[in-house]
Amino acid sequence: MRWLLWLPLALFALIIAVVMSGLIHPASTDIRSQLVGKPLPEFALPAGVPSHPPLAKADLRGGPRLINIFASWCLPCAVEAPQLMVLKRAGVVIDGIAIRDRPEDLAAFLARYGDPYSRIGSDANSRVQLALGSSGVPESFVVDGRGVIRLQHIGDIREENIPTILAAIEAAK
Amino acid sequence: MIAEAGLAALWLAAALALLQLGLGALALRGHAALGPAVRPVAVVQGALVALAFALLILVFLRSDMSVALVVENSHSAKPWLYKFAGTWGNHEGSMLMWVTILGLGGAAVALLERRLDQRTAIATLAAQAAIGLGFYAFLLFASNPFARISPAPADGHGLNPLLQDPGLAFHPPTLYLGYVGLSIAFSYAVGALITGQVGPTLARAMRPWVLGAWILLTLGITAGSYWAYYELGWGGWWFWDPVENASLMPWLAATALLHSVTVLATRAALRAWTVMLAVVAFSMSMIGTFLVRSGILTSVHAFAVDPRRGSFILVLLAIYIGGALALFALRASSVREGAPFEPVSREGALVINNLLFSAILGIVLTGTLYPLAVETMTGEKLSVGAPYFDATAGPLALALVVVMAAGPLLRWRRDELKALAVRLAIPAAVAIVAIAVVFLLLPVAGVLPRLGLIFAAGIAIASVAPLAGRNLRRTPLHIWGMVIAHFGIAVSLAGMASESAFTRETLVAARPGETLAVGPWSVRFVGVEPVAGPNWTAIRAKLEARRGDTLLTLAPEARMFNAPPTETTESAIATRPTGQLYTVLGKSDGDGRWQLRLWWKPMVTLIWAGGALVAIGGALALLGRLRRERRREAM
Amino acid sequence: MKPKNQRLALLLLAVVAVLGAALLAMSGLRQQASYFYAPSDVVRDKLPVGREVRLGGMVVKGSLRHARDGVTIDFRVTDGMKTVPVRFRGIAPDLFREGSGVVAEGTFQSDGRFVADNLLAKHDERYMPPQLAGAMHKTGKVR
Repeated sequence: MRWLLWLPLALFALIIAVVMSGLIHPASTDIRSQLVGKPLPEFALPAGVPSHPPLAKADLRGGPRLINIFASWCLPCAVEAPQLMVLKRAGVVIDGIAIRDRPEDLAAFLARYGDPYSRIGSDANSRVQLALGSSGVPESFVVDGRGVIRLQHIGDIREENIPTILAAIEAAK
Repeated sequence: MIAEAGLAALWLAAALALLQLGLGALALRGHAALGPAVRPVAVVQGALVALAFALLILVFLRSDMSVALVVENSHSAKPWLYKFAGTWGNHEGSMLMWVTILGLGGAAVALLERRLDQRTAIATLAAQAAIGLGFYAFLLFASNPFARISPAPADGHGLNPLLQDPGLAFHPPTLYLGYVGLSIAFSYAVGALITGQVGPTLARAMRPWVLGAWILLTLGITAGSYWAYYELGWGGWWFWDPVENASLMPWLAATALLHSVTVLATRAALRAWTVMLAVVAFSMSMIGTFLVRSGILTSVHAFAVDPRRGSFILVLLAIYIGGALALFALRASSVREGAPFEPVSREGALVINNLLFSAILGIVLTGTLYPLAVETMTGEKLSVGAPYFDATAGPLALALVVVMAAGPLLRWRRDELKALAVRLAIPAAVAIVAIAVVFLLLPVAGVLPRLGLIFAAGIAIASVAPLAGRNLRRTPLHIWGMVIAHFGIAVSLAGMASESAFTRETLVAARPGETLAVGPWSVRFVGVEPVAGPNWTAIRAKLEARRGDTLLTLAPEARMFNAPPTETTESAIATRPTGQLYTVLGKSDGDGRWQLRLWWKPMVTLIWAGGALVAIGGALALLGRLRRERRREAM
Repeated sequence: MKPKNQRLALLLLAVVAVLGAALLAMSGLRQQASYFYAPSDVVRDKLPVGREVRLGGMVVKGSLRHARDGVTIDFRVTDGMKTVPVRFRGIAPDLFREGSGVVAEGTFQSDGRFVADNLLAKHDERYMPPQLAGAMHKTGKVR
């Protein structure tokens, strides 16, 4: 009967094993985007701040660019701002879609964290964001000169993502 | 400077924890001369870690934006109360709170523990230090709360109004105090296993800590349930969400431990059980914390999702719990036999109590982890919800409340079923009357709600039966505590069954001016108006509810926040002596009609009133025991 | 009862309780766990009529109909291959809209219609909720 005393430990080891495997093979959270290769939906947004022109699908002709969905109240957007500046310095055209934001807050955000944007559209109730299939901020799309999505990046852009994005911009030319 | 001082204090505290463990281990292995040093070290460790936490609070209160944590989680415009609560409203801060409570608990044991023999006390403090060390390491190497950010931004990002809610702010400390209180019981158990001193003295030393932790857990769960009820707008009070289960499981183990420790204290029986339950209770606290923080379970309110952090805690878990269980397997045979008792006796009832609680605990744990296990092994996704828990744990819980009714009426060591039957005659009679009443009132209803009402009636009477024939003024406080706590369970059960059986719902799309009926209430939908708050806009409905002479106004809202954008429903609840009117506003159909969902929930407040009674009963019991100990020492 | 026997009896009692609880749990899980279905799974496997399950997919654009009572909606859910008609009575979550992902909890009727008690809307149009991605794997749609 002595072995029965080891039963609790054995049960516990089983639980740990189950949980550990849950960590090692996390439930498929990275979903392959179905957007790549599809054209952007039609949209026309008013200007997000007076200092920048508004953004519509028609404006996206003339070369590949990065469309960055962000907001002044979003912390990861502030964290990725330096990387956007790096991309801008590398010659990437960046257009922003600011969701559920106010002009004064946007202006303050740009003043504080830098302004990589050529155009900023104001998406007050997230309609365009949702139409783009975006579920949160920040999120960025590499779009070619014909308005077709070439790359989707979910979450903040980090230093290690820069080469991939630059390569996608190159390929979209 | 303050942040650096805080970090330094944290390092010192960690070093002292290491010293505490080292001295304790050496003292137990023959260098007895080092023994007396362990207590002072524990006290200083507690003081230092408390200082570190206080300094973090200060950093938050001063909105020091050079500290990364403050930037991420606070804002200078926040009310000071939420700046204060914001200290622990994030991963690093709450981990620091955890080790602070661990350290202070160890310090308290070092200062107050007088009953145990020296060796066991030292082993206990060493175990407590060992637990702390893992978390110190986690904090110092992976989650530094005092990390600076440079350049310091002008202000923080933590002005999310959804998090500025008193319930949300003070829920974690309550639960944490509970979890960590169980860590002390765990340390006592481990200490006693090491020195082989599992007996009534250990039980009496452990009991106040178990009671204290259990009271806090009861309050935490009750408050959490009510918060979810009014905040989520679904009218439900328990969702079997993994995060909810994570707080329920330690409570189940702690309740079993509470009863077991009393048996050990007074009757010197159930030694091995008590030690095992103490290990299980804290294990459940740790598993709960891990589940909530690791992101492996999808939940309505999962946060701080980071697999790396989850892995670290998992490793700590494996070491602490695995170690304790191994220790148990190795040393259980050294635990003395308990005093004998007959199957029909209070001890016997408490054994059945332990078994039922353990079974329910196992069922909840299985249900919570099953989706994860299945997905890992077969890739299939499924969810386990109320149907499973109701079907499996429900009947066991009903059996448990029957035992709860009968147990206190049984004599220690040996009793007779016939005598018990006599004592249960009146409660049984009440239950039979209840059966008739329930079937008359509820010709059509589910089995569980009906049983719940019937059992609640019988148990309410049975729980006060121990007071029969006593001189009430001279009845010990802990007996009152037991009676009130058990009565509270009956009250809560009545509320749950009532909500399930008698709730009336009305769901319509109505035009302003229309009158709707819900239960005995006649509710007129007066109209809607747009309203605005500091950072939100909303559509507010005005409802006038009438029943007899009573007229109430309710104003449910559909609210939209800006930063960050979220839409919430603010339900409007009116509480009456006989129940609650719960109202929710939905969307407009564009044609002048608005969706309205109304519930009349008779007696639903009993659920949480019962929970409060249970906690009060526990507090009385604790008070009674402490007073007794003080008197005993004085003599 | 002698102490030695008492200890043994308690230990056996504990083992019996553990086994009993395990059996209860297993049977409960088998009967009450809520399985996840994509529309294609429904047509392939036998229809789990009357049992509480989850159905996930995209809300077919143009399929949303509001009933006259203002609180009931009918729509169709698709995984790109098959569709299932769904009826829901209640206040739909804000992020629920045509072309968006949704997970519905409820039961199938014998005529193949799904009656939902609860809707969990996902906020994306074009990437599937994670559960659906796993189920698509099962229905054989290769990515």
